[in-house]
This record gives sequence, structure tokens and C-alpha cells, in this order.
Amino acid sequence: MLEIRWHGRAGQGVKTAAYLLAEAAMDTGKYIQAFPEYGAERSGAPIAAFTRIGDEPIRIHYGILTPDVVVVVDESLIGAMDVTAGLKDSGILLVNSSEGPEVYRAKVPTFKGKVATVDATQIALDCIGRPIPNIPIMGALIKVSEIVSLEDLEPRLRHKFSAKFNEQIVEGNVKALKRGYEEVKVL
Amino acid sequence: MKVALETNQLIALAMKQIEPHVVAAYPITPSTEVVQEFSQYVANGDVRTEFVPVESEHSAMSACLAASLSGARVMTATASQGLAFMWEMLHIAAASRAPIVTIVANRALSAPINIHGDHADSMGARDTGWLQLWAETAQEAYDNTIQAIKIAEDPRVRFPMLVNYDGFTTSHAVETVEILEDDQVRNFIGSIPKPQYSLLDTEHPTSFGVLALQDYYMEFRKAQAEAYKNVKDVVLEVADAYAKLTGRKYGILEDYKLDDADVVLVAMNSAAGTAKDTVDALRKEGKKVGVLKIRLFRPFPVEEIREALKNAKAVAVMDRAYTFGGPAGPLFEEVATAMVNQNQKPLLGDFVTGLGGRDITTDEIKQIFDTGYKALEKGAFEPLVNWVGVRE
Repeated sequence: MLEIRWHGRAGQGVKTAAYLLAEAAMDTGKYIQAFPEYGAERSGAPIAAFTRIGDEPIRIHYGILTPDVVVVVDESLIGAMDVTAGLKDSGILLVNSSEGPEVYRAKVPTFKGKVATVDATQIALDCIGRPIPNIPIMGALIKVSEIVSLEDLEPRLRHKFSAKFNEQIVEGNVKALKRGYEEVKVL
Repeated sequence: MKVALETNQLIALAMKQIEPHVVAAYPITPSTEVVQEFSQYVANGDVRTEFVPVESEHSAMSACLAASLSGARVMTATASQGLAFMWEMLHIAAASRAPIVTIVANRALSAPINIHGDHADSMGARDTGWLQLWAETAQEAYDNTIQAIKIAEDPRVRFPMLVNYDGFTTSHAVETVEILEDDQVRNFIGSIPKPQYSLLDTEHPTSFGVLALQDYYMEFRKAQAEAYKNVKDVVLEVADAYAKLTGRKYGILEDYKLDDADVVLVAMNSAAGTAKDTVDALRKEGKKVGVLKIRLFRPFPVEEIREALKNAKAVAVMDRAYTFGGPAGPLFEEVATAMVNQNQKPLLGDFVTGLGGRDITTDEIKQIFDTGYKALEKGAFEPLVNWVGVRE
């Protein structure tokens, strides 16, 4: 079983991303579980979300304590809380940042896994005109982790977003997904 | 067909497939989306349901009661304070034999205000006469919703039913779920059987809400108490029919590795899944442990509990609610009552966990099993009630 923990702020599409990844994995025949951690609901409050993906039905029902992957959708959370708590040594830390991965590698000197960054907020501004970084960071995540392929994720993204948004926003997000996939830097 | 929907959306979809005649509801966290999504189906013309947006849960249950007594298929959804606010009408619905199905995303009660998973709401309804099904997963919540209609409306039953699943942990989670086609659901549940007496049957006028004093009240109550004896058979019949349709088998309880288990954990809702994974891990260390999951909590399956626990040496009951001022948590009290007159009975201990949405983790469940083994050494659970995962 693969466990992905998402850290972000309410309004950044963190829950949507956690669900979307699970849905795309389900399309490839995996068992999935995804859920957010709700506190007091207000825009800008720190939130976490969880995605579990497995070959067998997933029976445990609590927050992810020892993730394989940590995705930090809002870099201002680093330092404000221990986003890497329990992160497996063989795991991945992915941060939405205009900085390179070496900056974050230096912040977690004991961590042995992969560190990656992508400027997801800038990509979102370029592609959809709004600073909602969830989809570009998703592109980066699937590139670094190989959880699902771009070909698996894109149709799910279109399906999910077409129900809610106009074509321009859907196409903007597809473009953002691909840019995140291409522009992620790994160390 | 496999879907990935939040459980609340999934249950709204099940309600669309059921297409009740009447839904009267007042949305409340964490089951809000059930009502919200279902009202969209109504607004879009996907269902012909009469949707009654009321001003409170008390009114919701009152409207459901009148509709049900007129012979309509009726559903609603609530949680926590909402279910508590229905309390007065819950008793009347059960005693009036109104087969209303109410979805409950189980949530803690105030004060302090808490919106998260906890069983205090439905445990508070345990003496109201409502039947109760509980669900470990989103799949079970979906399957129970459909089966509840057929159980509640069966002429041998005709009692209202709560369909429970954990607030947030289940209500706001997406899991892999297999759903039925609309016509499969409708064929399975069929039409609601015509009630013997109907509020709207003007050809055969009948009194409802009657008075019964010292002369007959007790006979009413005894007759009601007797009527629950039919329920388990119907639950099993409906489960068999559902298994034929879906391949998914349900019972009254679910045994998990109980045959040779020395220490058994009794659990309800989502924590039962975590407990099963914990059992697998402990079995690898050679520990003989198992889980007894309660699906049908009302009526309480006394004989089945006795049978399931007959080989156990120590039983740890997990309560996600507490009976303040009482001897232990509510589930413990029920299990202990079932076992009290057995000649051979296991040691029994109560474990209060996960109140107000606190995670119930594998480590905590291991700790509970450890306490069970220690009780075997000492010959008793001391203390009787243990609070797990709480700051002292």
C-alpha cells in the first residue's frame, strides 16, 4: 500500500487533488481511499488530506502517520508545522516552490529519500489565471512517484472538472498538469 | 460499476436509486451532502420524490412520520444534535410502526461542539425502538442503505431503521465502491407493502396517536417488544437475497478470525477495519486474536453474540461513546448483559476510544489487545473501563 499525505491551505484544492489521484488509481484497477482532515473550516487554514492506494482492499481508517510521499502544496507551512513527520526514509518530499529542491534538501538533512520542487502556483497563474496549485503539483507528483501515468490521470481530470467548470478552465488545468509534469526538479 | 464518490454522495445516489416517495430533512454536518445532493436530484427532476425542506430536525421527523403512516416510502438523514433533536419523534415513529429509514453519519454530541466521528448520537437512540445497522466501509454503508428499506418495510418488521456510518472518517472519504444499476435497486426493494392501516385511507378511517393509560399501555409495550423477535430473520433473508444479486454477503455480526481466538475485540463501524488489519499483524507474531464486528445493533443480537464469543477467553469491547455516570460504555453494557448468565464466559473489559473524531490507530488497538492478554494473566480486567488514546 502506498500512502500519500497532502499539506496545504483551505482553498488550494488539496482535497480535490487527494481524491483525483485516488480516482485515477482506481481506474487502473487499484483499491483506493482518500479523505481530508477537517478542522475549523475557513479559507487559508492549514488542512491535510490523505490518499491510500493498494492492490488489496484498504481496511485501516485513520490519518496517514508514516507516509511514502508528502506533498506540500503551500510552502509557508514548512517550519510552521512538521510536514515531514513520519515520512519514510525511502519516500518523497514534494514542495510547491519557486526554489530548487536543494533548498528543501538542506532543511531536512536527515531525510534520505527524494526531494522535489515545482513552481505550481506560477504554473497555475499562467494556465488558469488563478493561484490554485493543486493540478500542476499533481503533474509533478505523478512524474516523481510514478503512481499513475499522465495518460491515466488526464482523462480523470477532464471527467472530474468537466462536471464543474467550463472548457477553458478544464483545458487550462490539463495544460497545468502537463507543465507540472515537465517542470518538476528532483534531487 | 465501480465508483469513487464521497460516502455522503454515494448515499444520496442510493437514495436516488431507491426514489422514496417522501424525504423531509434538515441538513447537518457530517451528513449534509446526503440531503444537499439528494435535493439536487429532486430539483433536476431525476426523482419524483416529494422533498420537504423543514425548519428543524424535530419537524423533519414529524413530517416523515405522517408520510410513513400514510403508506409512503420515507427517508431522511441527520447526525449528532439533529438526531438528538428528533428524540421525541423517534419514540413515536417506532411505536407507531412507521418504517422510516434514517441515514446517520455518526457524530459526537455537544458540549463542547465537535463535528467529528463518534457514536454518541445513535447510542443515545438505542432505547427509542429504532432498528440499527452499522457500516465499516463506504460499500457497507451503500449496501446497508438499500437493505434497510427492505428490512424496515417488511410486514413482519415495520419498524424504522437507522443506517449508521462514521462521520468524516467514512462520510467524507472516497473508497472503491461497487454500485448497482437503478433498476436492480428498484427490483430488489420492490414497492412498499401496503400498510394494514393508512392515515389517508378514507374508506377505512382509523385513529392514530391514541391514548392508552393504565388499562392498556403495558400491553402495547409488550406487543412492541415481542415484534422485534421477527427482525433478525428478515435481516438474514434480505441479506441472502442481496448476496444473490451482488455477491456481497452480510450477516447480523461479522466474525474475523474468531474460531481459535483467545482475545477478541468487539467493534462497530470504521474502526473494525483497522482492528482486522491489527489482528493480521498480531497473528504474524503468533497471537490468537480476532474481531467481532456488530452490524445489527438493534435489535441487539444476544444469541449470536453468545455463540460468537463462546470460545473467547478475554473480550475487549470498544466503545466510541460513553454512558456518563453509568458503569461503562453503552456497547460494553449490552455485550456484558448478553453474557451475564452464561456458565462459561470470557473476561470482559471496556475500552473507550476515538471520541470526537480522534483517530483509532493500529497502535491503540494493539494496546487494547495487550491489555486483554494482561487480563488473562491477572484473571480480570482492572480497571473495568479503560480510556485509550487520551491525555491524562
